[in-house]
Amino acid sequence: MLKVNNVDVYYGAIHALKGLSLDVELGNIVTLIGANGAGKTTTLKTISGLLRPKNGNIIFKGKDLVKIPPEKIVGLGISQVPEGRRVFSTMSVLENLEMGAYLRTDKKEKQSDLENIFTRFPRLKERRKQLAGTLSGGEQQMLAIGRALMARPELLLMDEPSMGLAPLLVKEIFAIIKDINEKGTTILLVEQNAHMALSIADKAYVLETGKIVLEGSAQELMHSEAVKKAYLGG
Amino acid sequence: MKKILKNKLSQFIINVIILAAIFTIVQYMLNVGILNRFYEITLTSMCINIILAVSLNLINGFTGQLSLGHAGFMAIGAYVSVVITNYFELPLIIGLIGGCLGAAIAGFIIGVPTLRLKGDYLAIATLGFGEIIRVLLQNIDYVGGPAGISGIAKQTNWAWLFGSVILTVIIIQNIINSSYGRAIISVREDEIAAEVMGVNTTNYKVLAFVIGALFAGLAGGLYGHYFYIIKPETFNFLKSFDILVMVVLGGLGSTTGAIIAAIFITVLTAALQAFPAVRMIIYALILILVMIYRPQGLMGNKELTIRSFGKIWGEKR
Repeated sequence: MLKVNNVDVYYGAIHALKGLSLDVELGNIVTLIGANGAGKTTTLKTISGLLRPKNGNIIFKGKDLVKIPPEKIVGLGISQVPEGRRVFSTMSVLENLEMGAYLRTDKKEKQSDLENIFTRFPRLKERRKQLAGTLSGGEQQMLAIGRALMARPELLLMDEPSMGLAPLLVKEIFAIIKDINEKGTTILLVEQNAHMALSIADKAYVLETGKIVLEGSAQELMHSEAVKKAYLGG
Repeated sequence: MKKILKNKLSQFIINVIILAAIFTIVQYMLNVGILNRFYEITLTSMCINIILAVSLNLINGFTGQLSLGHAGFMAIGAYVSVVITNYFELPLIIGLIGGCLGAAIAGFIIGVPTLRLKGDYLAIATLGFGEIIRVLLQNIDYVGGPAGISGIAKQTNWAWLFGSVILTVIIIQNIINSSYGRAIISVREDEIAAEVMGVNTTNYKVLAFVIGALFAGLAGGLYGHYFYIIKPETFNFLKSFDILVMVVLGGLGSTTGAIIAAIFITVLTAALQAFPAVRMIIYALILILVMIYRPQGLMGNKELTIRSFGKIWGEKR
């Protein structure tokens, strides 16, 4: 579904991604794990068009995303839950969700998607008139996920959805991710919480200083000595 | 649904009645001379300042792009419209439209390259633009160089001013409340998030900038046709700064706030005209106090509407 081929990304003189390649198959949850500064967020930003690679290409449904501006990439069916949630804090919950469907013109289906999101996140329904900036961290994360779903994506990019959340909430969020995937959305998940990520993923890549150093099925990586040592704490 | 429609309709009718009443009363007072020349000048400045503040608020308040070149667009509007009416002897309406378009085109030319810049950088770039316009006008002999153009026929009257203010507010409010407005506000809130929602952020920034510039041009045109004379020095960066002060004082992202602040500052300036020495001190003190006790501005990002009056009334009862 999505193929990233030999992508090089630079921040000025810093070589952030070094010939990175990865492959996301339809219907899977693919996770990208690695330490701070390994290039996980950079990878997602490159896919969604916020950063432009120097070399390489990114093929999604037969199109090279490298040549397409970010606002068009959303239209192709890729939406994103950005790092740190980034909800529109002075807009209401409802307005935030409507922003997620910004490019869509199918009013009726938008409404039914909205209902689905409210069923999935009843807390958002209760607070739909509240300003997004006044929600708790967990609620904001749910809002960010709901907002991304409002674009009705085929591929959902998620950047550290567990960041800064209490362990119980992390569990809840991961259950939601699993459920979204089971309802048919392919997911590329970037995480520092390697254990949780591997437990729900089908396939995993380990990223270190801009390079993929390990890849395999999530099961394999979960039991790999190298991953255990570096990311799972022994 | 019917009830909502009825409410909206009745609100619209109330608005129209209030506006018509304000217009007629002021026109009557001008006619019979209750409002003398001094008040008339204050009233004119007030209307022009409202247009400037509301239009800058679209750029600075709603889109979140710090622009310090608003006086530059006002200058373009003033010069273009005066050239059209004075040199080519065309009617005022054509002059004003020309001034608006001139300023809007300048806004586009400046906006496309500079709106890729963020925060401080954009502020400096637009500040530079305002100064370039002023220096250019000083050096074009066709428009009188540093002395400017004088002997402009006074054509701006209360009807033009009032109509222009209403037009500005209605158009800008409609933009804010449309889906464009939602996109514009999302750019202010979080540019990256807006971009990943599929909002073409550069386009919306340029759009807001061009519309803001267009109305600054209108204000310039009205100004030129009231005060007999326009010269480059009037449109220096202090003028841009004045407008910015109104926007910040009123509350970034509140149209009614911008209007209230524009009225307040115009009245204050007029009232303190006799005491030029204390005027700047009082002016500065008010700003400092507002920023300490109400950093979000008088209105924050809220709007004052008839309905909000109704709410207060309801609570009191």
